[in-house]
Amino acid sequence: MISLTKDTMQIVREQDVVPFRNRVRELATKIGMSLVNQTKLITAASELVRNMLKYADGGKVVLEVVSKNGQAGIRLMFVDEGAGIENIPQAMQDGFSTGRSLGLGLPGAKRLVNEFDIKSKVNEGTTVTIIHWKNGR
Amino acid sequence: MNIQQTAQILLRKKNTILENWMKNQLADASLRDDLLSNEDLRRQSEELLNSLLQAVSHGNFDNIYSSEFEPVNDILGDISITRARQGFSPREISQYVLSLKQALTDVLEEERRNEPELLYREVVLLNKLVDSLSIITFETYLKGREEVILRQSDEISEISTPVIRVWDGILALPIIGTLDSSRTQVVMESLLQEIVNTGSSIAILDISGVPAVDSLVAQHLIKTVSATRLMGAECIISGIRAEIAQTIVHLGIDLSNIRTKATLASALQLAFGMLSLEVRKSNQVSTTKLFK
Repeated sequence: MISLTKDTMQIVREQDVVPFRNRVRELATKIGMSLVNQTKLITAASELVRNMLKYADGGKVVLEVVSKNGQAGIRLMFVDEGAGIENIPQAMQDGFSTGRSLGLGLPGAKRLVNEFDIKSKVNEGTTVTIIHWKNGR
Repeated sequence: MNIQQTAQILLRKKNTILENWMKNQLADASLRDDLLSNEDLRRQSEELLNSLLQAVSHGNFDNIYSSEFEPVNDILGDISITRARQGFSPREISQYVLSLKQALTDVLEEERRNEPELLYREVVLLNKLVDSLSIITFETYLKGREEVILRQSDEISEISTPVIRVWDGILALPIIGTLDSSRTQVVMESLLQEIVNTGSSIAILDISGVPAVDSLVAQHLIKTVSATRLMGAECIISGIRAEIAQTIVHLGIDLSNIRTKATLASALQLAFGMLSLEVRKSNQVSTTKLFK
């Protein structure tokens, strides 16, 4: 897999969510992603960025256009330095939330995108990486 | 170093400084004589220089927040706000103040030709002073911008949540833009209030204008629907686009307890059905009669 373009966005306030989503949409449109796949990617990104704001007071997102076997895709890496997640399998369960929300953010985001990876260390932070390919496969 | 003396020199050479400053400004490529006439520029500059020299006349060169500097700060604030309104860029505004530096140091250079050490210290002092003045112009400029942004966001939140009475007993609420917690609060309040005011029994929430529905937005929608139900009214969500429907399913959000429709038109049809209202084409014969 090779990375074609790369840039970083800082997310520190709730107001940063909309410009971030627009940036993701821009990249997805650029590689010719269909509307359904765009919406899936943007929704997953929106979930993860909200988690970052809610549980870690923000962080940064690395946005990349990647290519593998001649297929373009978008890779987003959400990096925060928050409290971290103690029990990842539990956090990935539908309906589990420590913050009185629906508890669908992490598992939902995983279902929406092609590749999903989460790494977390307590008191050090969490990094979530998602990839969504142009044709959604 | 006798600061008092430095101030005296500057005060004595006021006219030379003003001339030099004007010359610098007029020579600068960023001069905007289309926005501000040369006479006005001269008047402004003279006023600012007068108050500045007055302020430093007691030897205070470093504390621009002291009372002597109040008139300077006021004039500077006025200038940068009016200039921002006239369409000057922030660069042009700070250039205006920074060009004063050259004029001041030129005069001192002339006077202190034989005392380079003293000259150096004076120049450092003046540098600091003019720099902090230019920071003030920048701060004021930003403050002006910030006020515009605040006013606009107020206006946006005011116009963005109209509740429309589409039929006797049926309310429609088109939501446009992102649904965050504060927007939801406004939406919910105006909807519930309108239900009371009109005695409506059906509310249609149209989300055609919501760009992305994630779990937080869905949670806000579910809350609004529950609150509406508590008031004894039924809520229909319309405007669910195909891609949003797929996304909601993948996310795992359960909206099966809520009546949803793809378009506002079908939601309205459903609402008519719930109120046992019928909409049909009027009789052909009577229409022709009407036109005769």
